[in-house]
Amino acid sequence: MDFKDTPEEAAFREAVRAWLAANGQRRTRADEVFGEGLDEAAKLARAKAWQAKKAAAGYAAITWPREAGGLGGTAMQQVIYQQEEAAYLVPQMIFEVSIGMGLPTVLRWAAPELKARFLRPGLAGEEIWCQLFSEPGAGSDTGAVRTRAVRDGDAWVVNGQKVWTSSAHFGDYGILLARTDRDKPKQEGLTMFIVDLKAPGVEIRPIHQMSGDSDFNEVFFTDVRIPDQYRLGPEGGGWKVMLSTLMQERLSVGGNLPTDLHVHLIDLARTCTWDERPAIEDARVRARIADAYLDQQGVALIISRGLTALSKGKTPGPEMSVTKLVAAKAMQDISSFAMELAGTEGLLGADALGGDWPYLQRLWLGSPGARIAGGTDEVLRNVIAERVLGLPGELRTDRNVPFRDLDRT
Amino acid sequence: MNFDFSDDQRLLQDAVRSMLAENSTSQAVREVLEGRATHCAKVWHNLNEMGAATAALPEAYGGAGLGYLELCLVAEEAGRHLAAVPLSSSIYLAAEALLRAGSDAQKQRWLPGIAQGEVIATAALGGSERYRTPQPLAFDGQCLDGTSPVLLDGAIAQLAVLQVGADLILVDLNGPGVKRTALPTVDPTRPLAQIEFTATPAERLAAADGAAVARRVRDGAAVLLAFEQVGGAARILELARDYSLERKAFGRQIGSFQALKHKMADIYTRIELARAHAYYGAWALASDAPELPRAAAAARVAATRAFLFAAEEGIELHGGIGFTWEMDCHLYYRRARHLAQVIGSEHAWRARLADELIKEAA
Repeated sequence: MDFKDTPEEAAFREAVRAWLAANGQRRTRADEVFGEGLDEAAKLARAKAWQAKKAAAGYAAITWPREAGGLGGTAMQQVIYQQEEAAYLVPQMIFEVSIGMGLPTVLRWAAPELKARFLRPGLAGEEIWCQLFSEPGAGSDTGAVRTRAVRDGDAWVVNGQKVWTSSAHFGDYGILLARTDRDKPKQEGLTMFIVDLKAPGVEIRPIHQMSGDSDFNEVFFTDVRIPDQYRLGPEGGGWKVMLSTLMQERLSVGGNLPTDLHVHLIDLARTCTWDERPAIEDARVRARIADAYLDQQGVALIISRGLTALSKGKTPGPEMSVTKLVAAKAMQDISSFAMELAGTEGLLGADALGGDWPYLQRLWLGSPGARIAGGTDEVLRNVIAERVLGLPGELRTDRNVPFRDLDRT
Repeated sequence: MNFDFSDDQRLLQDAVRSMLAENSTSQAVREVLEGRATHCAKVWHNLNEMGAATAALPEAYGGAGLGYLELCLVAEEAGRHLAAVPLSSSIYLAAEALLRAGSDAQKQRWLPGIAQGEVIATAALGGSERYRTPQPLAFDGQCLDGTSPVLLDGAIAQLAVLQVGADLILVDLNGPGVKRTALPTVDPTRPLAQIEFTATPAERLAAADGAAVARRVRDGAAVLLAFEQVGGAARILELARDYSLERKAFGRQIGSFQALKHKMADIYTRIELARAHAYYGAWALASDAPELPRAAAAARVAATRAFLFAAEEGIELHGGIGFTWEMDCHLYYRRARHLAQVIGSEHAWRARLADELIKEAA
């Protein structure tokens, strides 16, 4: 048992380090982010330039075969690259859906001429992809999508609305889950398409989140025409295609939680006063610092177990499913406690407080979203109960019922 | 990254699991629970004979000389099967204290007997909480006087290592002036006793800083007990899961109700967190890493919480039948409580963890 690389992994890490040192720009502060001070257009242009370099070196899709633009590498190499890249100023989130969902779905299901058309520009960041599954009436219950695609000769005509689409405001293409048959039970009447987000009839509106940011969009479709050759998989096979897209996530290793949150609490507790003494001397405060560590270190260690499986060429086990459940709630608890440490002053806006506060308040305002995105806490508990512990699925009233009848109620 | 046990280590674990499944049965554990035996002699004999209990003791002293990672997996199985044996007293505490603080002569004199399972030893190495204040122990260089704190397996042990001030005192319990009192306990499968000493011949363990050795041994024991706790918690969750698939109410398996599913998912989540911390503790213990105090405290707290939660909710998930003497649920409930407090409570260890974290962030 150890935390070291195998010789092969160490060699790969060295190669990645050398490449990053030659091509990237190191972070100078822990909270420095890519493109600080640039406007959106300039930031996007710089992000695309970085992605092009990365793709040329094969690092855009390390686990993909070489002929598809990848490196023919392992999942562990992918993780090593990410670990090393984390020290550099690189774009966050912009290409994540392209690389993690859109392009793998094209690679798996599209005709050869479409792969030739889309994969290379996608990996190089010239075109950005979105995922269009969720709808206002289809969140956790994704099979309930209502967006219609009706055949018209060699094309399909799409009407409806998608929601929680990240990157759509600068996106070029999307994978779209639409209903093509309302007479079949809900999951059987779905079909997956590639959709051109610049096509006539596509309207994109940013969502104003509770945090004040706008990372997601609503996407409206009004008589949008999609050529039949843009269909991914068979008509009525959309559910299966979607599952293959989400399967990509199973190889990733779980939730994300910074591992130094307890240090922020310690720093704050040294500054704040409780009962006329430094809060750090208070046993209640010290207990909460220990709790913060237990959650964040626990998540990091579970992920280390997942990486061990990857390193041995295995698929990480079901224990990975708990990381996101623990991480999102811990983020909320820890950031809330940080605010409590400061008493009434902890209610002031981050701008008035300075220091670590912008970071801590961002965690606090972002954590409700983290508890929902990628599966709510409740959905995750069902997943653990059913897939890990083998307990029965939920009683359902929508099986074998034509979607037309479900939609009426 | 190789944050897991090796295939060979898992083979040993499987062998221990098979042996315990056969011998540490509910019936065998209940012999101790109901006072017909002081411990499961057959299980203790087998654990020693197969080199499982002594996995971490050097071969020079009659141990199996494997290592602490192996002993951690033995501990996990002991917890899983509620083994009613003096593993923690004799091996995690007393043998470790002897090994780390004893002179070569002291080690040669006692460790081989412990390794063979013939000498059962116990230890009291400090801990912060007290309810009753015994007549404090005093050692005058030759003899021990006073009353011990409550001692694990104190009624059957032949040897004790006791912290007296900053010294570790070794005392042969077959010597003169030893009066043992077996005490009733909430988990009779892991008995406690108190010993009164009157001019009992004793000797100091050789190490200069007995308190530091005691802390180190307690850290190691915290990791090993965390494995016992994880093993016990995982087993009670399995029992509850199986029962919820079998039992029907309102025309359904009760395991199909989301309230029960989510409760079991939460138990699983706490166990996996505890397991991760226990593994990290195992790594720190086996590699003698400077992170051991932090890793051990974290493993102790996480595993204590996981087993208590699993044991409490394990009864709840069974409903009324879980509250009967005949069902094994209460054996886990009792053991979870025993393990939660036997080398200091969760509260004390969480304070220790905070101390370590704050020290590191200086």
